[in-house]
Amino acid sequence: MNTVLQAPETTKAAPTSGDAKIVARDVNVFYGEKHALKDVSIDIPERSVTAFIGPSGCGKSTFLRCLNRMNDTISIAKVTGKIEINGQDIYDPSLDVVQLRARVGMVFQKPNPFPKSIYENVAYGPRIHGLARSKADLDNIVEDSLQKAGLLKEVKDRLQDSGTGLSGGQQQRLCIARAIAVSPDIILMDEPCSALDPIATARIEELIDDLRQNFTIVIVTHSMQQAARVSQKTAFFHLGVVVEEGPTDVIFTAPRDKRTQDYITGRFG
Amino acid sequence: MSDHIVSSFDTELKGLAENLAEMGGLAEKMVGDSVSALLSRDGTLAQKVIAADKSVDQMQQRIEELAILTIARRQPMAVDLRAIVAALRVSNDLERIGDLAKNTAKRVIAIEGEFKSPKLFGGLNHMSELVLGQLKTVLDAYAERDNDRAVDVWRQDGEIDALYTSLFRELLTYMMEDPRNIGFCTHLLFCAKNIERIGDHATNIAETVHFLVTGQMLADDRPKQDNTSTTTIEFPG
Repeated sequence: MNTVLQAPETTKAAPTSGDAKIVARDVNVFYGEKHALKDVSIDIPERSVTAFIGPSGCGKSTFLRCLNRMNDTISIAKVTGKIEINGQDIYDPSLDVVQLRARVGMVFQKPNPFPKSIYENVAYGPRIHGLARSKADLDNIVEDSLQKAGLLKEVKDRLQDSGTGLSGGQQQRLCIARAIAVSPDIILMDEPCSALDPIATARIEELIDDLRQNFTIVIVTHSMQQAARVSQKTAFFHLGVVVEEGPTDVIFTAPRDKRTQDYITGRFG
Repeated sequence: MSDHIVSSFDTELKGLAENLAEMGGLAEKMVGDSVSALLSRDGTLAQKVIAADKSVDQMQQRIEELAILTIARRQPMAVDLRAIVAALRVSNDLERIGDLAKNTAKRVIAIEGEFKSPKLFGGLNHMSELVLGQLKTVLDAYAERDNDRAVDVWRQDGEIDALYTSLFRELLTYMMEDPRNIGFCTHLLFCAKNIERIGDHATNIAETVHFLVTGQMLADDRPKQDNTSTTTIEFPG
């Protein structure tokens, strides 16, 4: 892994904006023999929503999982290239991966609350990271996180009930509250609404819109309309490469690349 | 452009395009007929133009309904979205073009039987030919998604504006020469304005074609040469 921190001199059309929270350059991922991600270079702007779209197997989730080193957990996965968050190389061997994953939270496709109380689901992270000095402190963090995740009103009278007893949409917001509780800068969402009904989906989208005031959000979605609704920047992945990236408004009205156009208009053969 | 995975989406877009082609043909014919009726003071032909306007209005309604349904069903993106927005805009312009042709036809009936020297119609004839040419070209450009031809149309509208300005002065002069000309010349002036505005709608369509093909708006200002809103002529004596 390259540990040089200064911006690489690349001849590719990789944008270098001043407010980039995450900077990825020439990222390649191999799963054994399979070359899953090829020379991905992208800037992800701070306090905004960036959407990754593309057909199944295009590498968008693989890339998302690079951003908090989730691929480390797959023994045959090999990641090369450089990914920086706030200018720091996250593949630096001296970096504490547990700390990284606290700063870069993740929400998955299927809501996966712990089989514990609503309170414990949110309190778990701050407790193991030592973020609360007292019980009152922890109570505050739990309440604040549930509030930010738009769930507090619905659950404040039953914090000791099991998290798994909530509806799907509530469970997903609980997972978002759990991610928020450890004060991350970045929240990664891997198809967070694909298991939800349209109303629960709308709630999550409304929440994403609120959260971007304080967090950098990266979302993988199969719904083009969702990407168009919630994101400010969109990247289209295909066969392991970023075919096109740019302002969401442009990608969905006048994309430059024919492959992007074919995909978002439903012409992919 | 390759086909959609969902073939009924293609069928819908094709239906929209066919309706627009038909509506364009109708509007073009109305303009041509209204001008012929004017130049030959043909009241019967003018009546036909007035009757045809109803079909154009109905077509616009049908296109609007089709477009709205397609948006609701498909949530179109990129070129599909632009195609549907373009269809809505073009059908709007065509409907207005139909109205303007109808207005000219009504004036033909109003001035029927009033014989005036044919030289009054010379400028009008020339202007109409230009506008009809523009309309035909821009509708072809739309059907063929031909940006270059659309931009040509957009650029050439200035010539029509200039012709209209000179026609305006000419007609004012006739009115001053003999007040008995005023009624007739006023109708002619409105007809000229109708034709000039049809030219403006043709440039609107050109802008839509540009947007449809490139995804960009035509940004720079078109050279305007219609100065009639600030033109005055001194009364002699």
